[in-house]
Amino acid sequence: MAQILVQGTQMLLVLALAPLLTGLVRKVKARLTRRRGASLFQPYRDLARLLHKEAVLAHNASWLFRAVPYLVFAATWVAAALVPTFATGLIFSWTADLIAITALLGAARFFLALAGMDVGTSFGGIGSSREVMISSLAEPAMIMIVFSLALVAHSTQLSTIAGVMLAGVGVRVSLALALIALLLVAVAENGRIPVDNPATHLELTMVHEAMVLEYSGRHLALIELAGQLKLLLFLSLVACVFVPWGLAPAGPGFAPGDFALAPLGAFALGMASYAGKLAAGAVLLAVFETSIAKMRVFRVPDFLGAALMLGLLGTLLLFVSGIL
Amino acid sequence: MPNAISPTLVDTALSASLVFDVAHMFAGGLVLISFLMLYQDRLYALITVFALQAVVLAFSVAWQAFAQDAAHLYVTAAIALAFKAVVIPLALRRMVARLGIHRQVETVVSVGPTMLAGIALVALSLVVMLKATATAGALAREDLAFALSVVLLGLLMMVTRRNAVSQVVGFMSLENGLILAATGAKGMPLVVEISVAFSVLIALIVIGIFLFRIRERFDTVDVDALDRFRGGRW
Amino acid sequence: MVPSALPPELAATPQMLGAVAAVAALLVLSAAGIIFARRPSGRAVVYGGSLGVTLLAGLSAATAFGGPAGALVLPLGLPWSGAHLRLDSLSAVFLLLVNLGAAAASLYGLGYGRHDPAPGRVLPFFPAFIAGMSLVPLADDAYSFLLAWEFMSLASWALVVSHDAEPGNVRAGLVYLVMAAFGTLALMLAFGLLAEHGTGGFTFDALRAGGPGGWAGAVVLTLALVGAGSKAGLVPLHVWLPLAHPAAPSHVSALMSGVMTKVAVYGFIRIVFDLAGPPAWWWGIPVLAAGGTAAVVGVLQALLQGDTKRVLAFSTIENIGLVFVGLGLALAFRGNGFAAAASLAFTAALFHALNHAAMKSLLFFGAGAVLTATGTRQMDRLGGLIHRMPATAALMLVGCAAISALPPLNGFASEWLIFQAILLSPELPAWGLKLLVPAVGALMALAAALAAACFVRLYGIVFLGRPRSDAAAGAREVDGFSRAAMVALALACGFAGLFPGFVIDALQPAVGAVMGERMPPQGSVAWLSIIPVAESRSSYNGLLVCVFIAVSALAAAAAIHRFATRAVRRAPPWDCGFPDADPVTQYSAGSFAQPIRRVFARSLFAARERVEMPPPGSLAPARLTLSARDPAWTFLYLPLAAAVDAVAGRANALQFLTIRQYLALVFGALVLLLLVLALWS
Repeated sequence: MAQILVQGTQMLLVLALAPLLTGLVRKVKARLTRRRGASLFQPYRDLARLLHKEAVLAHNASWLFRAVPYLVFAATWVAAALVPTFATGLIFSWTADLIAITALLGAARFFLALAGMDVGTSFGGIGSSREVMISSLAEPAMIMIVFSLALVAHSTQLSTIAGVMLAGVGVRVSLALALIALLLVAVAENGRIPVDNPATHLELTMVHEAMVLEYSGRHLALIELAGQLKLLLFLSLVACVFVPWGLAPAGPGFAPGDFALAPLGAFALGMASYAGKLAAGAVLLAVFETSIAKMRVFRVPDFLGAALMLGLLGTLLLFVSGIL
Repeated sequence: MPNAISPTLVDTALSASLVFDVAHMFAGGLVLISFLMLYQDRLYALITVFALQAVVLAFSVAWQAFAQDAAHLYVTAAIALAFKAVVIPLALRRMVARLGIHRQVETVVSVGPTMLAGIALVALSLVVMLKATATAGALAREDLAFALSVVLLGLLMMVTRRNAVSQVVGFMSLENGLILAATGAKGMPLVVEISVAFSVLIALIVIGIFLFRIRERFDTVDVDALDRFRGGRW
Repeated sequence: MVPSALPPELAATPQMLGAVAAVAALLVLSAAGIIFARRPSGRAVVYGGSLGVTLLAGLSAATAFGGPAGALVLPLGLPWSGAHLRLDSLSAVFLLLVNLGAAAASLYGLGYGRHDPAPGRVLPFFPAFIAGMSLVPLADDAYSFLLAWEFMSLASWALVVSHDAEPGNVRAGLVYLVMAAFGTLALMLAFGLLAEHGTGGFTFDALRAGGPGGWAGAVVLTLALVGAGSKAGLVPLHVWLPLAHPAAPSHVSALMSGVMTKVAVYGFIRIVFDLAGPPAWWWGIPVLAAGGTAAVVGVLQALLQGDTKRVLAFSTIENIGLVFVGLGLALAFRGNGFAAAASLAFTAALFHALNHAAMKSLLFFGAGAVLTATGTRQMDRLGGLIHRMPATAALMLVGCAAISALPPLNGFASEWLIFQAILLSPELPAWGLKLLVPAVGALMALAAALAAACFVRLYGIVFLGRPRSDAAAGAREVDGFSRAAMVALALACGFAGLFPGFVIDALQPAVGAVMGERMPPQGSVAWLSIIPVAESRSSYNGLLVCVFIAVSALAAAAAIHRFATRAVRRAPPWDCGFPDADPVTQYSAGSFAQPIRRVFARSLFAARERVEMPPPGSLAPARLTLSARDPAWTFLYLPLAAAVDAVAGRANALQFLTIRQYLALVFGALVLLLLVLALWS
């Protein structure tokens, strides 16, 4: 029971924190460009406003168009809830390993790209077409990163990987390559600068925004929330694999019913360190985004190709030498 | 090559695995920066990355000096830092500015296939080195493998770039790989180091003069343009 | 060597007899097809009969999974040996696949056949084709195997050219015939080599006992890779497949792509894993390389096509590539003595073969439904069918999601298993494998991601958006039989995705018989997860993933509808303020693929786009022409054809000789042969 409680806490935690994280990134970006910026809690207000508006659908929008926001949101939420945030070994963490989490995100993108084509506008087509081009490189890069991690930890389960990392594996060249590749993939997957600009509606440059152009009201709210969850997911992923310190070893560590104070202390520590890691990640992301310019769409394949190559190089090193 | 750790290190309570890991990190960093150089398509960025590689090389050599307790390697590190991280990049930047070619690096092959070829070369050098040095210690083996990778990537850069300046950078980066190999192997005398460093510097000067000569004559530093003036083909 | 647990004298089990009876019944149906071809009842007789027979045969094959092997010797074929048949657990898996695929195709044919312009050219060959495919897994001697193989090829060839009036179909048939003959030749040589080492005779027992291994085995491997690989569609032997599969009627396309390629996989497994003896450490290398190449080349080509069924045919090449990656891993593990990992890889390959049969049949049925409803296979003339054909659209969505390896459907489950097998391979000691396996893993990941892009494109252009032609705007939903066939296959995809553990367990007798070791049982794992190696290493639970997504989505919907608003207003599309009046302004199949074409296809397929812009003031339309080539044609087949032409041109002179010269030729040939005999050691 207690284990299910912990798992439920995590599900609600990621949902509650995701808009705050986006708010923090926006705030820091605003401060870096010497603006005051909106409040940290503006994303919550935006979501609430969108949720209460009526949804405007194009005349020829199909049932798929209406179902996709729920599917995208659900798939992203489940994926985000399966990444260890403040504790490892949650009761449902074995439902899907890192490959499956990657594939869940792929499923969300698959349906979003379909929805972009549903109304039959040229912008939707642009967005979908570019999005699948980006994902056709980002996904294999991600799988290569998973390979590198899995070969070091002998597991594709995130909890096990985090445990191995926590125990200390030393400084590994392949892990450094995987980290860099993961950061590149995270930037691309979340549509951040320099790959895509989350704040633009300039037709020649937008990818994600073009795809969801026809959405409004609660549907848009769900898609935005899914995007925020995805950002949180990638930050949690980087945090739990590369800076696992502070994670509470939950799950098999304590028996059901034995919900004593000690794990609670560990959880509190886990929560605090998680919040710290997220904040640090948000600030770093904001600094990175403000200090770099958006690249041309056809430069993105080079960017992601580099991520793929780094991931492949890391995997190769591990295959060949085993200890690098 | 034995990977025995000198007693001084054991005394300072540094674990053998840490020495190992840090050395690997630097060597791997050099390979990574070689890839970064292949990825660049602006000359200034390329030169900056090259300077970064020299800095990492200096750290790597210094770490070897510390780990092997070999004072002369500190000198090598200092030479690397002074010449390759400061003097040569500055000279190259001036050269680029004066030639007015800071816009683009024209590549013969595009970035994707180049990176792919780079991966293949790293794999090749790993296999060759790990096979050839099966009896040596792990540290030296993998250092040598990385060094060979850096050399090959430098060569690849020279092959895939048309601009003479980026070819110079490729050559310098190749030389970085040689230094990495030399410091990984114990007992390289300082004299050799210094003579290598100076020969590289002289090479730079010669190539620099050569570049200006080409420019004066043909209004470009694209080496493909030179082919057009070769006898026989046209 | 295969630890064959079978006693030398085998009884004919009921399943064995049932399978033979089914083949006989199908041949009778084939004859009935000739008789009833012109009558309207012919369709009901042939397809209904095939449906009944294949369903029964499929069920009987399913009961033979774990049971004892049955054998039978029929007094057919070569007079001194007879036709040896055997139904062991590996045959049973493929027999089940053939029969269930055929049952779905028959059900679909009941409705689809109504629109057939020339039923007399399809009805007789359809049951014969199924009979041929059922016989291949049953054959237990080289002669019967080759006979069944050739029968299958010829029957399918007849179906490919059944609509010979359509442009391109005759050429497709010709290319198919040449490639099929070539493939059979390679298999014949492989069996000949095996028989050379065998204990005499052509029965599989005799060949197995010889099991040469080593270099002779490697030649057998190469020949099997060429022979079975050309039938399965491995690059560069794939050129016939994208021509022939779409040319046939859609239910036959489904059979060819979904089922016949799997029979080819069976042939490869039987020859290489069962008969060729203990594998050397490097046998996996060519198989892995061929599989990885086929996966990426197939899916990239699929992305360049504008014809729905050709997209699906190229995607078959991709999936066959994935199956061969699994088989290559299994060979590599086995050749290096990792039995447990080998059984995992082999299970993954079999699982993916089964999955692909279900999803590709489903997709071909959907493409056939669209063809029936609109009369076109050109994606750029379709669009908006989700409004006109809601059931087909929903079922096709399941198929597209499954083949794009999206959880929780079946395509993901089997690809996940292959990835798990790849992650076990750093244990392999050989350098070549250490370098090749991660590269193949990267290719596979690339293929999976590109497949998702390919099916977003297919589904988005055909079913979503606005109709691009009047035919698409006036489409009607297809008949009940076709929908029923699609529903059955979609359910199969769902079942294998949600309960992969049961499928894996069902495959284990076959895996155990071929590899000598089984995977740990999955059906008993808590919560129906699958745990291929150890729980701390990896686990996946399709059912729970599905439940979680469904619950979260429903909870979100309920919460929003309850606490926020459920108001909806219909309005014209927004499109940044410039909604396009004309459906032609939508993204087309070609424009959707443009970014990927630029990134991947430029160097590989020499994909080029040329814009012809009329001069200012001219009223002529601007034109964009796309061109791409298949390197297999440019670099292999066209030079080969040119060489054959040149040789034929030279040989042509031989037709105009005098009698004396002809006699001299015969004499010379005779002397040459005698010389060879004299010099033969």
